[in-house]
Amino acid sequence: MSATIFPQDETALSAAILDAAGPLQILGGGTRSIGRILEGQKLSTAQLKGIVLYEPAALTLVAKTGTSIANIETELAAENQKLAFEPMDHRTLLGTQGTPTLGGVMAANVSGPRRIQVGAARDFALGVSFVDGSGQILKNGGRVMKNVTGYDLVKLMAGSWGTLGVLSEVALKVLPVSETQATLKIYVSSWAQAVACMSAALGTPFDVSGAATIQDTDGGLGVIIRVEGFEASIRYRIKELKTGLAKFGETEEVLNPWLEVRDLPSWASLDTVWKVSVRPTDALSVIATMQDLQKDVGFKCQLDWGGGLLWLGLDAKQLGDFPVGLQLHKVLQGAVGQLGGHATLMKSSILSGQDIPHFQPLSRMVEIVSQTLRSKFDPRGILNPGRMN
Amino acid sequence: MEMPQPNSEILLKKAKVAAALRAVLPHDAVIDDPSETRAYECDALTAYRCPPMIAVLPSTTQQVSDVLKICHREGVPVVPRGSGTSLAGGALPTADCVILGVAKMSQVLETDYENRLIRVQSGRTNLSVSGAVEEEDFFYAPDPSSQLACAIAGNIAMNSGGAHCLKYGVTTNNLLGVTMVMMDGEIVEIGGGHLDSSGLDILGIICGSEGQLGVVTEATLRILPKPEGARPVMIAFDSNEVAGACVADIIKAGVLPVAIEFMDRPIIEICENFAKAGYPDCEALLIVEVEGSEAEIQDQLDRICRIAQKHNPVELRQSQSDTESAAIWLGRKSAFGAVGQVADYMCLDGTIPVSALPEVLRRIKELSEHYGLRVGNVFHAGDGNMHPLIMFDANKKGDLELCEAMGADVLRLCVEVGGCLTGEHGVGIEKRDLMENQYGAGDLEIQMAVKDVFDPGWLLNPAKVFPLSVSETRRA
Repeated sequence: MSATIFPQDETALSAAILDAAGPLQILGGGTRSIGRILEGQKLSTAQLKGIVLYEPAALTLVAKTGTSIANIETELAAENQKLAFEPMDHRTLLGTQGTPTLGGVMAANVSGPRRIQVGAARDFALGVSFVDGSGQILKNGGRVMKNVTGYDLVKLMAGSWGTLGVLSEVALKVLPVSETQATLKIYVSSWAQAVACMSAALGTPFDVSGAATIQDTDGGLGVIIRVEGFEASIRYRIKELKTGLAKFGETEEVLNPWLEVRDLPSWASLDTVWKVSVRPTDALSVIATMQDLQKDVGFKCQLDWGGGLLWLGLDAKQLGDFPVGLQLHKVLQGAVGQLGGHATLMKSSILSGQDIPHFQPLSRMVEIVSQTLRSKFDPRGILNPGRMN
Repeated sequence: MEMPQPNSEILLKKAKVAAALRAVLPHDAVIDDPSETRAYECDALTAYRCPPMIAVLPSTTQQVSDVLKICHREGVPVVPRGSGTSLAGGALPTADCVILGVAKMSQVLETDYENRLIRVQSGRTNLSVSGAVEEEDFFYAPDPSSQLACAIAGNIAMNSGGAHCLKYGVTTNNLLGVTMVMMDGEIVEIGGGHLDSSGLDILGIICGSEGQLGVVTEATLRILPKPEGARPVMIAFDSNEVAGACVADIIKAGVLPVAIEFMDRPIIEICENFAKAGYPDCEALLIVEVEGSEAEIQDQLDRICRIAQKHNPVELRQSQSDTESAAIWLGRKSAFGAVGQVADYMCLDGTIPVSALPEVLRRIKELSEHYGLRVGNVFHAGDGNMHPLIMFDANKKGDLELCEAMGADVLRLCVEVGGCLTGEHGVGIEKRDLMENQYGAGDLEIQMAVKDVFDPGWLLNPAKVFPLSVSETRRA
């Protein structure tokens, strides 16, 4: 395989796609090794760099997709603003190198704990430029907050993992940094109590911006609830939440744990990790399935998004050999599919790279629509073929 | 505004199609008498009217599927209709179409407070979604000004916004899933109670597709706990530029109000004459609303007032009670009715970068003088969504055409400064022929290719969104 192609601008990106003789493996910073990655000529957007426009008073930033998230966050911080959807950095969990880029975050629709309050990466994308599978340079959306001019291809491009086109530029909505944050921890006795506690917190008018449950090293469960804003307001809301949630267990205020919740650094040594999205109260059903499957060997679990996001992890011994691991993967995706949600295999020494559905299999009609859409955007089928199964 | 010629072969099939529809729907759900189909001849863009061939009012997803199968088989165009409140002509019929109205589908199917969601049939009105969860102090956030009448189906089709979307987002940010019927009658479930999609974000493309990809019959919507309270402050300035600068400073200071509304002098005067809200004599008026507990509201209003004071306001009025809040909102909320009392008007909704506000208002004033038509501006200033109201006289020959020409110039101006043709009303027929100002040929082609995937025969709402000349070969 020849060396990775690094187009320096949109025109060169277009030419690289037009000239491609076979499948292309599309990369941003190369930090998110998720899904089936087939061999192919590597094409990276990492050299499409730079912030094109930043208007703090309009809460708008436009950047080329190879721009690093770190660079964008530094620029924003200087104006006391942020990427509100709190994109996860996958490097520690997946053991990858490289620099996370705007393009990668958008192509994978990567969000963090604040997703439950403000929305996902896709909700903050105002406009995109991209090159489709025929080498055409196209755009959709714009740089303004509200835009219903024509179809919303911005949402379609976000989370399409480079299978519809290669993003070259993205316009983002940004938000002010809150003056301060505070986090309340509630020590609960069961997963059921944890989900009920998170639901109760999210059902209050106190604008909760994070609701997760972590397993402490001693095996105990701690629900963590975040509020953000001006100091006086934070004090008031924490006091109210403390009173309201006391029935679920002992409460205390803790230091900011949200980077660990977002990036799961303590999970780095696990062999196999799934990310599951379900209706929050259905998290209990998923946990019950795992408890049943793993009753002798156990598993690790973290809840975020009020229970709507489950992280499930196993070490190599807990997974077993390939047939056992495959069976577990199938049963898990089957159970989650029954609940209407989705389970994605994030990493695994023996399952990743195999010819198995890393992403949740889709219903028949949605699969047909998705495949037909891909054939319109990428008639030759050369953009990350098979990445999303 | 041009519409395609009706297909005479389809018109000849009217009796056959009506009979087939009666076989799958209750008798009173099929309307084909010309005296009755007239009720569906227009939406809220009343300047354009055309009775449909037939109108149907199904009650279930299965009935919608049956209707679409028949229309698909017979090659009859279908125009989906929510409550008919589109300002863009999104539900305008053609003479050879079947209007598919979802008005009878208004049930609440599920409320789930633990997971903060509600599932409704799509004909339910926007405000009655909030009404269904009010007893538990929840609400549905997107609040288009037609919310008393408009249906969720139309909100999804147009990706509707509202005054409070600076904080809560628009429809697409609050939509979790849909049940949709494709043109061939196939029923498909997309999304649900969970967040984000595992595959391509099909839900994201359906929202805002103006009823051209399928007929949404059920929707799962995010509901939120109501804030403890909300109160506005009214700030008056002696120039649009200063008001614009004040908005920028509020946003930069990190206060995120739920709404920032902007009114210019012509609108202030018309509203004051109509509603007697006690607005001061000034060039520009801001209404800024914040939410929270009593103490939080006061804290945020104090911050906003400190910022406003630096811009030497003509007047600054902080609401101290619900009565005072209502008085401040009274003029703004009656703006459209007030303008309707003094003239016919066309309401545009082009969106601009907030920084371009003073320039755009100045140039709209120049256009107003050039065309000899009055214009008033109300504006969701926090997100750049303008609402110029161009006033004309429908009884004066040529005035509507003059108004449309000026409207087109205003929208071209919005695009020129980095904005877009429509922020929340949709393209419909109204802005259809301006699309090439915003998008290149390839950009439009790929959007039409998306429609090809869902509706290869181009039977669903075919003469909307894309310029007729651009979509012509597909509609044939």
